[in-house]
Amino acid sequence: MTVQIGIQPISAARRIKDRLVQVLVYLAFALAVIPLVSVLWLVVKNGIGRFDLEFLTHSMRNIGARDAGGGAYHAIIGTLEQVLLASLIAVPIGLLTAVYLVEYGEGGRLSRIISFFVDVMTGVPSVVSGLFVLAFWILVLGMPFSGFAGALALSILMMPVVVRSAEEMLRLVPRELREASYALGVPKWRTIVKVVLPTAFTGIVTGVMLAVARVAGETAPLLLTVFITDSINTDPFNGPQMGLPLYVFDQAGRPTDTAIDRAWTGALTLILIVMLLNLVARLITWWRSPARRR
Amino acid sequence: MRRSAFRRSRGDGPFRFASIGAGVVLLAIMAAIGVFLVVKAVPALQANTSSFLTELTWQPNATKPVFGIGALAFGTVLSSLLALVIATPVAVGVALFISHYAPRRLASLLGYIVDLLAAVPSVVYGLWGVAFLVPFMLGPSKFLNDHLGWIPFFGGATVVGKSMLTASLVLAIMILPIIAAISREVFLQAPKTQEEAALALGATRWEMIRMSVLPFGRPGVISAAMLGLGRAMGETIAVALIFPATFKITIEILGPYGNSIAANIANGFGEATDVGRGALIASGLVLFLITLLVNMAARFVIARRKEYARAAA
Repeated sequence: MTVQIGIQPISAARRIKDRLVQVLVYLAFALAVIPLVSVLWLVVKNGIGRFDLEFLTHSMRNIGARDAGGGAYHAIIGTLEQVLLASLIAVPIGLLTAVYLVEYGEGGRLSRIISFFVDVMTGVPSVVSGLFVLAFWILVLGMPFSGFAGALALSILMMPVVVRSAEEMLRLVPRELREASYALGVPKWRTIVKVVLPTAFTGIVTGVMLAVARVAGETAPLLLTVFITDSINTDPFNGPQMGLPLYVFDQAGRPTDTAIDRAWTGALTLILIVMLLNLVARLITWWRSPARRR
Repeated sequence: MRRSAFRRSRGDGPFRFASIGAGVVLLAIMAAIGVFLVVKAVPALQANTSSFLTELTWQPNATKPVFGIGALAFGTVLSSLLALVIATPVAVGVALFISHYAPRRLASLLGYIVDLLAAVPSVVYGLWGVAFLVPFMLGPSKFLNDHLGWIPFFGGATVVGKSMLTASLVLAIMILPIIAAISREVFLQAPKTQEEAALALGATRWEMIRMSVLPFGRPGVISAAMLGLGRAMGETIAVALIFPATFKITIEILGPYGNSIAANIANGFGEATDVGRGALIASGLVLFLITLLVNMAARFVIARRKEYARAAA
């Protein structure tokens, strides 16, 4: 029996298998990027034509079924108001919940239950949150269809995202900072407000922006709660409003080419808003991360 | 119980109370979703002249309301499962690419590009699906029907672009980023020592991944897939634009059939009467319960893995 010494070359079969998997893995990535490129290309190509001042400054009021022109001003106003209201509801609740989970929960039973249901809440379908607001706010309490009802539905979708990202950021705050503050005789709540939250501030802002970007594109909950209108309604508490995603859905469902054009331009506007929010949020994290490592 | 040694300040009580209160509000919302959906669904279910669980048609607005969840639930489950089957292998490939194949410097940027897929709003996917994917899929669908028609899924007399397959493909694209992101995190956590040991013993990169990364990541990938499944089931607007909105149970995924609970809510809400709204809310309740179960199961798998990892450490 001969004793082999030294490193054996890798057999051809193993090498080929290794190469094959490498090709497949690269292919998977390419496959995932194709739809993204295709979507963005088509939205820009079809949307740029009507992406003009009239689109951004006019509503659909008095625009006939076959008329060209008109715009999404009413929808943009609606989306901004609804998302702002949703944030005003979801951010305080989400942030305080995260503070509870990190600072007060201490792994107790209640904090484990809350933590579990935050995760489950992340999976609530957007259409279900819309149905809930429809059932509770509009049908049981008898409130009108309004931008605020839409904001309620959006806030339910925002809350778990805010909780999770804020929780993650609060856990990154070094224990020593808190202990130093306690050692100076600062009470716990002031330590949280003056030391912990400011330290985690940029991270929390990033999380909130990602949450906003997520809900700004939601259509289903708005469809069931704010209704559809062609006119400008700046009051989110009274009467039907419009939202940009809803506008795209509405225009896409109309049978004329001019409406389809408006739908594409609406989609372009929506993507620009959402991507911008995303990009800024990521830039903040990217800009902050080397500082954290140092 | 850990008690702080320092003197409690007057502000501590209210602040603590507020933060517990916020957590409880979250729990209350989850409970309220269930309660109020039931409250508004019951009158409609009582007005129903057929069995809600087995009836296929959906005519809650008629004078004698007839509606059932049968066909809708079937469509929801079939389209989501198809999406999962399409998306999971690609997502695992993407995750491996970013965690183990891509150049280190580029990895996070490439990961961000995949995450951007999740940032595209649902309605835009719907628009893209109708304008591009539906006509595009006609060719491949005909090919599948001609050559693989003996497989029941690809059979059927008529082949269209607005089919179950096209809708599932859009769903697959939409759930791909979440499956890829979670799998990527899990793969990155695979013990470096084992990877290095495998490489030191002469394993190729693929053998190293198969022996140390995949076994470690399996539970994570399973729960990621289940989270994706939950996402796909609740996806509304994109499929509402693509599904032909029929009420037929068939596995011919190339034919002009297909609908889902969520799509039916979006399409049927506009013309719904009182009973119609109740019926849609009842179907939403079913969707809520299904996604709740899928998500809780997924979270359970993750939680168990965390315990396991801590025990192993």
